[in-house]
Amino acid sequence: MNTMQSLTDRKKVVSKKEMTFMEKLYLPAIIGGMWITFKHLFRKNNTVKYPEETREFAPVYRGQHVLKRDEEGRENCTACGLCAVACPAEAITMVAAERVKGEENLYREEKYAEKYEINMLRCIFCGLCEEACPKEAIFLTDRIVPSNFERDEFVYGKDRLVEQLNDRIDITKRQHTGKRSKI
Amino acid sequence: METSELIEKLVLIVVLFAVTLGIAAYATYFERKVAAWFQDRIGPDRAGPFGILQPLADGGKLFFKEDFVPEAAEKWLFILGPGIAMFTALMTGSVIPWSTNLTLFGQDIALQVADVNIGILFIMGFLSIGVYGIMIGGWASNNKYSLFSAVRASSQMISYELAMGICVIVVVMMTGSLGLREIVDAQHGMNWNVFYQPVAFVVFFICALAETNRAPFDLPECESELIGGYHTEYGSMKMGFYLFAEYVSLFISSAVISTLFFGGYNFPGMDNFEGNTLAILGVVAMFTKTFIFVFIFMWIRWTLPRFRFDQLMHLGWKSLIPISLINLLITGLVIAFNEGWFK
Amino acid sequence: MSLELVATILGGLTIGSALMVVISKHPVRSVLFLVLTFFLISSNYILMNAQFLAIVNIIVYAGAIMVLFLFVLMLLNLSKDNEPKSPFYIKIAAVTAGGVLLTVLIAALKDGITVGATSTVDGSSEGLVQNLGHLLFTKYVLPFEISSVLFIAAMVGAVLLAKREKQLID
Repeated sequence: MNTMQSLTDRKKVVSKKEMTFMEKLYLPAIIGGMWITFKHLFRKNNTVKYPEETREFAPVYRGQHVLKRDEEGRENCTACGLCAVACPAEAITMVAAERVKGEENLYREEKYAEKYEINMLRCIFCGLCEEACPKEAIFLTDRIVPSNFERDEFVYGKDRLVEQLNDRIDITKRQHTGKRSKI
Repeated sequence: METSELIEKLVLIVVLFAVTLGIAAYATYFERKVAAWFQDRIGPDRAGPFGILQPLADGGKLFFKEDFVPEAAEKWLFILGPGIAMFTALMTGSVIPWSTNLTLFGQDIALQVADVNIGILFIMGFLSIGVYGIMIGGWASNNKYSLFSAVRASSQMISYELAMGICVIVVVMMTGSLGLREIVDAQHGMNWNVFYQPVAFVVFFICALAETNRAPFDLPECESELIGGYHTEYGSMKMGFYLFAEYVSLFISSAVISTLFFGGYNFPGMDNFEGNTLAILGVVAMFTKTFIFVFIFMWIRWTLPRFRFDQLMHLGWKSLIPISLINLLITGLVIAFNEGWFK
Repeated sequence: MSLELVATILGGLTIGSALMVVISKHPVRSVLFLVLTFFLISSNYILMNAQFLAIVNIIVYAGAIMVLFLFVLMLLNLSKDNEPKSPFYIKIAAVTAGGVLLTVLIAALKDGITVGATSTVDGSSEGLVQNLGHLLFTKYVLPFEISSVLFIAAMVGAVLLAKREKQLID
């Protein structure tokens, strides 16, 4: 018979052999188990006391999104809608608008997103929007979406997504990992 | 009864009550800490330094929760259940001798609320009716899981009481008295019963685990099978009573184990002291032993997995009872031999 | 407060809760009242300075037998809906039999020696363990030993039954 090959060497064959008297007493096994737990009393604990200490995030951590501006402070997004198409959770909606004269310092391209909303309750933080974006406008960052009491509050508009001019979000770590490092 | 004696006993009762409740409260904290240590964690550390105010926070939380009686429950029995659990757990402490006599204001004060001549039977009696708290509460909740828990608790109690009683009889045979003070005094110095009766001690200890519903015998309140068991339907302070009663009986059964098998307030080298010094050192010795057992109870809980119900019954009826009966027989023969029956 | 008064109150409570055993509609409540009755009987024993008897009564009856009763009743799930309807003549027969038993009991106990409910509080100590044990092992040694053999046989039998089950399966 062609049995399936085991992938690990961890399998243990169940043996139903008769137990010896000492094994039937169970007490040696119990004491052995208690010795193991006793040794753990003196181990270092692994707790990270969260609000005081925080763990370092992995460079590829996918948290709250940011809509980037370029070096001159213009929004990168052109409202092409590729991110919304790519989004498997259908969390992204946007309304496009045409740039008028005098707004060149605000938007990089001639078309921009007048409204751009991400529903953080729908979002699964897969990062496909980031992959789909041709303009390097949207990135996932290492920020955590805070909790809230109201559902409506989880629909993030441009006010909370676009980075502030005086508070730029650093996404170089994401650009230098994986596929993007080639660029 | 003289007034001074009455006052003395009243003070003793109040002190014992307060100490028992305080220790039970801190046993909940200690349990969480011990669990954390065994699992390489820190445990509660937010309320006060090292989290020592955690029991107060827990108690306060339970107090301010909604006091709720389910519509389909038997109202009065539902309320009675936790009361009985708490009452029986607290009553048992009254016959345990905590130390030798203390002399205060020219009065000899026995550190024991009631020195009844049926001491150990009193403990067995209250232990055996302690199950009513669980049974009544579990049945009155009108919930199938609670009922299962009540049924499990009762059969478990009855099964393990037998072996436990036989182990107590062995100790009583060695002492020749049912009074706990006589039993303790017979173990003067290092002359502890555990050295003469190790088998009885092991069986008694296992039974004590089962009687207090502690892991690995916590079938009546297992979360994974019975979603909490008899206190599934309870909330607020009624739930608190059940949880608290468990820790009270944990403390009391540790005290009983140290009284019966580990010499109670006796400690090696106790002949060098006398009077109040001896009494205070006796209290220290008694509480040290009790706390060691409380720790061992917790240690076992966080090490061993839960029994299956048939395994529980097999262990009780097919192992512990025969072992304790044989132990009883051997002890009887040895005592008879020592008294010169076979000459 | 005199002990006589305590004894009277306890006696009244005992009879009251014993009546409630019969009157209660729900079997579980009946059993719980029975447990209460045992406790009250035990407290009467304590008044008579028979502590050993009192605590044994609690351990054996309230602690073990009544728990088993309750165990079975809880599993049966008896309620008003599925109460068996007994025919009229059975009810008549039950009342007659109960009445006859009551008459016999009253007739038997009418001329019995009345001992005060608290008569032994101060002086005698027949109910204490030492004296009781002495009596059991001298005057009543034969019935005592026979009953203990009966008990040990029952216990061994219980263990044996538990052990035999497995052999049958094999």
